[in-house]
Amino acid sequence: MKPKYKFVILTILFSLIAFFLLWLTKNSNIAVLNPKGLIAASERRVIVTSLLLMLLAVVPALTMLFLFAYRFRASNPKNNYNPNYSLDSRMQILWWGLPIAVILVLAVLTFKSVHQLDPFKALNSPNRPLTIQVVALNWKWLFIYPEQNIATVNFIQIPQKTPIHFELTADAPMNLFWVPQLGGQMSAMQGMSTQLNLMANEAGEYNGSASEINGKGLAGMRFVVKAASQEDFNSWAQSVKNSSKPLSLETYSKLAEPSENNPKALYSSVESDLFKSVMMKYMSGEPEKSE
Amino acid sequence: MPEIHHDTTEKVSFGFWVYLMTDLIMFAVLFAAFAVLRGNTFGGPSGAQLFSLPFALTETLILLTSSFTCGLAMVFAHRNDKNKVTALFTITSLLGTAFLAMEFTEFHRLILEGNGPQRSAFLSSFFTLVGTHGLHIAVGLLWIIVLIVKIWKTNLTSANIRRLTCLSLFWHFLDLVWIFIFTIVYLMGTI
Amino acid sequence: MSIFFGNLSLSALPHEWFTIGGTVSMILMGLGVAAFLTYTKRWKWLWTEWLTACDPKKIGIMYILVASVMLFRGALDAAMIWLQQSLSVGASHGYLDAGHFQQIFTAHGDIMVFFVTMGFLFGLINLIVPLQIGARDLAFPFLNSLGFWLYLAGAILINLFFVFGGEFAATGWLSLPPLSELAYSPGVGVDYWVWSLQVSGIGTLIGGINFIVTILKMRAPGMTLLKMPMFTWTSLISMILVVCVFPILTVTITLLWLDRYFGMHFFTSSFGGNPMMYVNLIWMWGHPEVYILILPAFGIYSEVVATFSQKKLFGYVSMVIAALLVAGLAVLVWLHHFFTMGAGADVNAFFGITTMFIAIPTGVQIYNWLSTMYRGKITFSQPMHWFLGYVATFTFGGMAGVLMASPAADYQLHNSLFLVAHFHTMVIGGALFGIFAGITYWFPKVTGFKLNERLGKLAFWFWIVGFFVSFVPLYILGFMGATRRLDHYDASLGWQPLFITAGVGLVIISFGVALQVWQIVMSFISRKQNLDITGDPWNGRTLEWSTPSPPPAYNFAIIPTVTDRDAFWEMKQRINTDTETDKHGYTDIHMPKNTGMGIYLAGFVFIFGFAMVWHIVWLAIVSLIGCVVCIIIRSLDDEVEYTLPAAEVEKMEKLKTGYL
Repeated sequence: MKPKYKFVILTILFSLIAFFLLWLTKNSNIAVLNPKGLIAASERRVIVTSLLLMLLAVVPALTMLFLFAYRFRASNPKNNYNPNYSLDSRMQILWWGLPIAVILVLAVLTFKSVHQLDPFKALNSPNRPLTIQVVALNWKWLFIYPEQNIATVNFIQIPQKTPIHFELTADAPMNLFWVPQLGGQMSAMQGMSTQLNLMANEAGEYNGSASEINGKGLAGMRFVVKAASQEDFNSWAQSVKNSSKPLSLETYSKLAEPSENNPKALYSSVESDLFKSVMMKYMSGEPEKSE
Repeated sequence: MPEIHHDTTEKVSFGFWVYLMTDLIMFAVLFAAFAVLRGNTFGGPSGAQLFSLPFALTETLILLTSSFTCGLAMVFAHRNDKNKVTALFTITSLLGTAFLAMEFTEFHRLILEGNGPQRSAFLSSFFTLVGTHGLHIAVGLLWIIVLIVKIWKTNLTSANIRRLTCLSLFWHFLDLVWIFIFTIVYLMGTI
Repeated sequence: MSIFFGNLSLSALPHEWFTIGGTVSMILMGLGVAAFLTYTKRWKWLWTEWLTACDPKKIGIMYILVASVMLFRGALDAAMIWLQQSLSVGASHGYLDAGHFQQIFTAHGDIMVFFVTMGFLFGLINLIVPLQIGARDLAFPFLNSLGFWLYLAGAILINLFFVFGGEFAATGWLSLPPLSELAYSPGVGVDYWVWSLQVSGIGTLIGGINFIVTILKMRAPGMTLLKMPMFTWTSLISMILVVCVFPILTVTITLLWLDRYFGMHFFTSSFGGNPMMYVNLIWMWGHPEVYILILPAFGIYSEVVATFSQKKLFGYVSMVIAALLVAGLAVLVWLHHFFTMGAGADVNAFFGITTMFIAIPTGVQIYNWLSTMYRGKITFSQPMHWFLGYVATFTFGGMAGVLMASPAADYQLHNSLFLVAHFHTMVIGGALFGIFAGITYWFPKVTGFKLNERLGKLAFWFWIVGFFVSFVPLYILGFMGATRRLDHYDASLGWQPLFITAGVGLVIISFGVALQVWQIVMSFISRKQNLDITGDPWNGRTLEWSTPSPPPAYNFAIIPTVTDRDAFWEMKQRINTDTETDKHGYTDIHMPKNTGMGIYLAGFVFIFGFAMVWHIVWLAIVSLIGCVVCIIIRSLDDEVEYTLPAAEVEKMEKLKTGYL
């Protein structure tokens, strides 16, 4: 087969694959590229900008690859081959310069974005931030609202356009907390407290998940984040307060035992300083049996 | 062209140096672990409460002396003085045994007091770091004994001198590592 | 716990479908091989010619054979992972429970990295590096044999759980604590993980030391460092990385074992242990490990591009610097594997930007290869196909990598299937395609006959199409928020079609693999027509092509004197072909004797590992004593070489010339 035809066939084949894949995604939500939160939107910007910048170095490389492969093939009658020919070694300046330039620009952007999108950094907003404490358990998420003195399992309700300040810890192997449409991931680790600041720009229900392997219940650690108006949030919080099940120490230790695919649960009140005592459990000097 | 036999010594000693570098990296990781965990006593005793500086200093002096006798032995090895080599390596191994006995005593005491490696992360890293060094010393002792026997049977051939050179490198290396252990674990731990 | 059997009891014997399947297929394989050997009366031949061999060419072939078997094992895991993820949607939970699923992907990762890619690379380095530097064997031939047998012992240990215990680690390929601690993983799975990696890791370390000494001390006269072939250069750099980082792995998993066996507290969540320290340490090894895999592949591409363009490699010095830079940066970037663990913005920025810098030397290499192709006479043999496939995949994988080096982007991509797709692109497109390029390139040198070109190219097209069909869906799934290691997901997410497409890609790839097997079989059958008589089928440039195919045990009857880079090419250009034989005449050659000690020693290490997994104290002590005795016997042996007299060499060389 002539190289020309080969090239045409390949182009058609790979385009068909690409279209097929695009068609497959038509009914699904490409969460990372479809952000609904302040942070996620900025992170998408970082992703897209970086990719475009890199294409500056990659496109010439790939073009040259196929061009040279075609032009300098042994079977090409126009081939002006010379075994001792070598490009001017000053070309090295270009070969080093091009990637260095691209990477330097990327590095500056990265330095900026990593500071701007530092998960620990509080968000600017006229609205007062809401704190939610997250405890990664085997195999469910416990969310404590210290200001409202309520708690939930595998479900978060938040007011939209309000900064949410998450504090995370774990009472099980370490885990990662992720709501892709609102923003990036953050670890939850035993005996430590990490922070994550997110904000939903609009009302909606967003999927959240656990992304670090922590045992057999991993896949069931999904939760929903429901963003709605401040009024909705207040009335929801009130209704939870009025429900009947409090989260006492006893209920907590039962909850902390391994269980899979836990349904959403709501707790009308929370043992005081539960989050802190979960954290301290792994730091205290008192000899105590770990599970 | 007997190039290959001539090269052997060079290859072996270079290879042994590379091996020692890998061993050094292993110790570096153990030192790093110790540095990270030294404060994590989890309510248990700290180094200042457990270690006796004079005791550790005695261990250090014993090991330094053994390094000296080992070095001296190598001088006589190159002079082909089989008796002196054997005698000096025997002294080296006796000193090494004394060092190991002292270390064993210390470990034994700590474990009896309930401060074994299971007590806290700090003690885990202490026992592992010092114990790994002790294990190396034990290997060195075995090596010395084997080589003494070999030398008695086959004299100080060039192959045997090559073996002794590696052994002495190993022994000095362990001495060096111990100086770090003494400084970082005992000196900085008790002061 | 019994004194005699430790924790081992009857309940550890296979009783589930997959352990029974694994055990039966292992026994059948063993019986098949045994029957074949008995039928062809080849037991003795196997022992004297192969198992006890210290010749790097034979050890190299054994490495490649074991790696190939392990490739099938790892691919089977991949197929099982895909089947589960395609089936387990919504109400259906597939055919595996979460525990088994997690064991499978853990085994898949460890096998593909430690026993497939590493095995292939050590095989190729063994086969080619001594030939490229004009050496007759390695610095320490026995240690090379030992390294191989330790690698095999590790490979058997990682499969042994089928027979004893029925459980592998379900913790991900790096077994991060506290999940891998006794509190959360009480079974023997993690212990198998610890000991198979430990044993094979020590083999790798020994190999690393051996090749560093060989390359630095045993080059042919005249071959200065800057006249070494690129593959030798990148192998050297890769081995330096091995020596720098494998000790970290050894210590780290030893500490994990101390936690599990003696109840220590290095990485436990309580008692002051620090799991984060494990994460740091394992990635200080783990990231350079990626470059250990990829650097020799870079070297292979350099050889392939220069040879098939029939031109000198453009920017040799620049290539060497690039490879050194890659290795230097590789040890400074480990934290980029856990940007999400809450390190400060400055720390994340440092590690992110350092990671991006790696793209610079990598890019330079690609531009230099392109410049080499410029005005060349390019023949598109199989190795060149793999090179083109590599550039096409690796540039995209590299883009994904640089993207994730930006911490802000990584927050959204970490531990998603985007990451999974990225590192598969790097390891398959980079390392594995390089290995295929190397195998097809050097196959005639090693076996003496050429591979069927048509089948090889067809296999390549299946591979490359299958690769894209398999991994592009994973990139998309990552953007959709699909995390890795899921044994089940909701139907409403709409992920299933993409998972199924990925599986179709896997099927296409398996056609490629089948074609490769078929290619080797066909080429073997028709080997008489495809003999490589000249020893130089591609008009090669480096010293390995100056030897006959396959080379004699001593490689070079007369050690060549090197005056230029591309030593063999320059020799061919010089017209005054008064052969070096006439100048010097033949001399006695000293060769390493074969020895079974590598097998005995690795056997004792294997038993020690097994005893440790099952806490069988007496067996551990006995096998340890066995190891010590073996080491003493071997280290005191003065008769490790034999001499091939000059007259014998001359006779063998004359015979070859006569045969031509």
